[in-house]
Amino acid sequence: MLTLENLNVVMDGSALTGSLSLAPGRRVAVLGPSGAGKSTLLDVIAGFRLLDSGAVGWSGKDLTQLPPDKRPVSILFQDGNLFPHLTVFRNLLLALKPNGRRASQEDQVRIEGALKRVGLAGMSGRTPGTLSGGQQSRAALARVMLQGRPIILLDEPFSALGPALKAEMLALVREVAGSLGALVVMVTHAPADARRFAEDVVLVAEGKVHLPVATAAFFANPPEAYRDYVGTSQA
Amino acid sequence: MAQRAVAITAALVLALLTLGPIAAVLVRSGGLGAFRPGDLEALQFTIWQALLSGFFSVALAIPVARALARRHFWGRSLLVSLLGAPFILPVIVAVMGLIAVFGQNGLVNTVMAALGGPKLDIYGLHGVILAHVFFNLPLATRMLLQAWLAIPGERFRLAASMGLSPWGQFLTLEWPLIRRIAPGAFAVIFVICLTSFAVALTLGGGPRATTVELAIYQAMRFDFDLGRAATLAMLQLAMAVIAGMIALKLAPAQGFGTGRGRQVPRWDGRGAVPRICDTLWILAAAAFLLVPLALVVLRGFPGLMAGGGMGTWVAAKHSVMVALASTALCMLWALPLANRRGELLSVAAIAMSPLVLGTGLFLILRPFVNPFSMALPVTTVVNAMMALPFALRILRPEAEAVEQDFGRLRSTLRMTSLAWLRLVWLPRLRRPMGFAAGLTAALAMGDLGVIALFADPDRATLPLQVYRLMGAYQMEAAAGAALLLLILSFSLFWLFDRGGRVGADT
Amino acid sequence: MKTPLMAITFVAGSLTASLGLADTPVLTVYAPDYFVSEWGPGPKIEELFEAQCDCDLQFKPGDLLPRVLLEGDKTDADVVIGLNTDVTKKARESGLFASHGVALDGLTLPIDWTDEMFLPFNYGHTAFIYNTTKIDSAPASFDELLNAPDDLRLVIQDPRSSISGLALVLWVNAVYGDQAQEAWAKLAPKIVTVTRGWSESYGMFTDGEADMVLSYTTSPAYHIIAEGDETKKAAIFPEGHYFMVELAAKLAGTDQPELADQFMTFVLSEAFQSMIATGNWSIPAALPQDQWPEGFQKLDMPEKVLFYTEDEAADLRDQAIEAWRSALSQ
Repeated sequence: MLTLENLNVVMDGSALTGSLSLAPGRRVAVLGPSGAGKSTLLDVIAGFRLLDSGAVGWSGKDLTQLPPDKRPVSILFQDGNLFPHLTVFRNLLLALKPNGRRASQEDQVRIEGALKRVGLAGMSGRTPGTLSGGQQSRAALARVMLQGRPIILLDEPFSALGPALKAEMLALVREVAGSLGALVVMVTHAPADARRFAEDVVLVAEGKVHLPVATAAFFANPPEAYRDYVGTSQA
Repeated sequence: MAQRAVAITAALVLALLTLGPIAAVLVRSGGLGAFRPGDLEALQFTIWQALLSGFFSVALAIPVARALARRHFWGRSLLVSLLGAPFILPVIVAVMGLIAVFGQNGLVNTVMAALGGPKLDIYGLHGVILAHVFFNLPLATRMLLQAWLAIPGERFRLAASMGLSPWGQFLTLEWPLIRRIAPGAFAVIFVICLTSFAVALTLGGGPRATTVELAIYQAMRFDFDLGRAATLAMLQLAMAVIAGMIALKLAPAQGFGTGRGRQVPRWDGRGAVPRICDTLWILAAAAFLLVPLALVVLRGFPGLMAGGGMGTWVAAKHSVMVALASTALCMLWALPLANRRGELLSVAAIAMSPLVLGTGLFLILRPFVNPFSMALPVTTVVNAMMALPFALRILRPEAEAVEQDFGRLRSTLRMTSLAWLRLVWLPRLRRPMGFAAGLTAALAMGDLGVIALFADPDRATLPLQVYRLMGAYQMEAAAGAALLLLILSFSLFWLFDRGGRVGADT
Repeated sequence: MKTPLMAITFVAGSLTASLGLADTPVLTVYAPDYFVSEWGPGPKIEELFEAQCDCDLQFKPGDLLPRVLLEGDKTDADVVIGLNTDVTKKARESGLFASHGVALDGLTLPIDWTDEMFLPFNYGHTAFIYNTTKIDSAPASFDELLNAPDDLRLVIQDPRSSISGLALVLWVNAVYGDQAQEAWAKLAPKIVTVTRGWSESYGMFTDGEADMVLSYTTSPAYHIIAEGDETKKAAIFPEGHYFMVELAAKLAGTDQPELADQFMTFVLSEAFQSMIATGNWSIPAALPQDQWPEGFQKLDMPEKVLFYTEDEAADLRDQAIEAWRSALSQ
């Protein structure tokens, strides 16, 4: 269980508050207007942002003071998920050997396997710059898979991809997360992504993190704060 | 964290090497010395000429760097390398080259006389500034150029697609860059010029151009007044620290974010006017910097062909060894200090009077070892220290950009410090590191620094050999040795700089 | 291709040198930097002295007196050579030096020398050197120099950083006394620039940047002997020229007193004296004129020699420098 208790983060001129608990293996979408604090929420879970008060925990363990690299979390950023000067293989190897050592036989097998799962078989020698946007996303996902951590955070991922590719990638994430049994928290702008991917929706609006609601229920009866936001953003 | 410990150690060593020698000199002298009437004038002149030199070096570097950044022509990279050469010339050689161009009998006056124009007199405040700009314009240009090339091509594409006017583009893309780089470049040049002595005196035309460093020299070598020398040295140091702090305050820290690292053709500066302007700027800078250099080469040629004697070759060997060792040391030192505080600390180091530094080290070492046997190691350490501010000025912005661009990815991957250093940091910093290492090597080759205080006959370096030859009427051999020095410095610079650039595009 | 070979010979040479150290006594001599280059007098002095002493003479070049004063009685030096008269007072007061014990009756200096601590080995005089192919009639006196047209271009050295520069301000003071500042004011427009040391000035002169350079009466000897060039001449002034002498001295705390004494005697010996003229481009301090090398016999020599004792010079120094500084700062 990922728990956020009485969290309070002071942002430029406003604050983000709320409490939350998310079960392992769930797929959760975080929705809300721009600047409401969606990315800040992810940063809090990942440890890039320290709490002004409150606590973060995972299955009974207190994460509040842990630095990002000690948390059971892997992240896909909007971009910059791969080191541009390293080959795909080297990038993926870092997930298995964060000390930069050479690959063992087993590592090689696992990396090739992961690349195959995301449809990049045979591409391990390429550098990210020579891959298409979709391929880069796949490689990054393969990395997350190899990291095998119980929490996966997605910060508006695949936003540079076309709708069809994006749908494909979300399906892939779902599959990967399923095989890892990982909790996925995805920040997104697009209600369609949430509908297609998430089991629960967490609304972040007006400085408050709302409690998770089942996706179908959320869209069947959207909260007022969400309607305001969709309304204004469509106007 | 281990990284932090390394950074603190590096900073402590640097602070100790800066303040230790002053302290040693002070202890030996038994107290501070008093100021004299002429000191205030010397101080005023020192600050004024350093301000003007820094200002003109940076102001002129802006159009030159901009022209070089957006024009591609045959021989461009060679020209960029060559333009760095004045900065690495030993002072006495450069001054002779400048006089050969701008002096009473120089090229400019020969041409002026043929055209019936007025005679140009180089000696005076303008001469001092001319020489300092000659030395430092290349440094400022390279710093700006480096940053200019680091703006992701996507930003220029964006500017082009938005149809920004040249002025609009200047304001959105180039002005932030200048604001980020220029204050630091100015501070470094200001501080270099603070300790100027031989250049200021020779081209300043006499005692009007007295600097604080000359007063230190006089106190040290003629009056044996160590307290006064240490007091003046601290004054110099204080000016440098103030300049450094102001510069760091003025320079905003943010970078331009990550690009995809692809070379994207530039869309700006396509009209005829920008083209002509850029061409003129490049030509003017090349002529200003390369003609004196060419004369140094010409004058040194006969002496070099004559062989210059065994001492010159031995000295050359020492210089290359010192340069390589200084470079290695400087890079090791620079990596943990590539941050704001480290840079400020290092700026203080170059403001240290070489005489006081050398004397202080002599006093510190003497109880333990024979200082003469330490001549080359001490020179290595001091040269590494003197090159540190330049290395940091070049490395820091890029190092911070790497941290900013990939720091989160590093955490999420749980990369160890060593893996980060080896796989990301060093490869990403290859280009600036090559440049910094080349600069360090060349500076260490050309620096007379403290060796003059320590060197025994078998341990001379090439710059010292140049002075020794001149002192023995061997002007031709000295010019030859100077040319050898130029060739070696430049070769080292080129090798490192090139090494950093080869294959650094992906 | 020559370099590696030379490097090997060099390394081999220094190895044998250090191996030889074990049983031979070492005489450590502090000397100015220019002494030790291949063209300086150092190598010849070392060769000549080692031929007669069965010892190892080692030069340590650099700043002489500042270093000895820094090191105090712990100094490694047994002997220093190449001191100038501007520092003898300070050196004497330090108590670090001993009397040389050498008989002075063989000296051939143009002035009386009775100092028991500092032993002269060669001398010269301040003089302005010019090129006869560029200047038809050089000033024949100091007055003529002061009144020469302002397009006569001089380059001099800074008295605050150079010994010859200091000698110049004392020279002007000796010739013009209270009128020194006026004299400097007349010279000022002709002075192209002031350099930190002698080398820079002389380099500018040989490059044609200046018509006349402050140097020594002995400078033309180098051009005559080494280059066969007789076009460089010293302008001789009847007002007199300032005497510049180089000195050797023995450290009181030397651990090689016999060798040091032997060296001091050697300094005035014929072997040393007949070498030093072309070794250091100066006039030997104890050698009759007819025994000087031929090029030196051709030199124009001043009739009158000006010199301040160290006490006089110490009293006058600040005032003489100030006269120079304020006149040239106008």
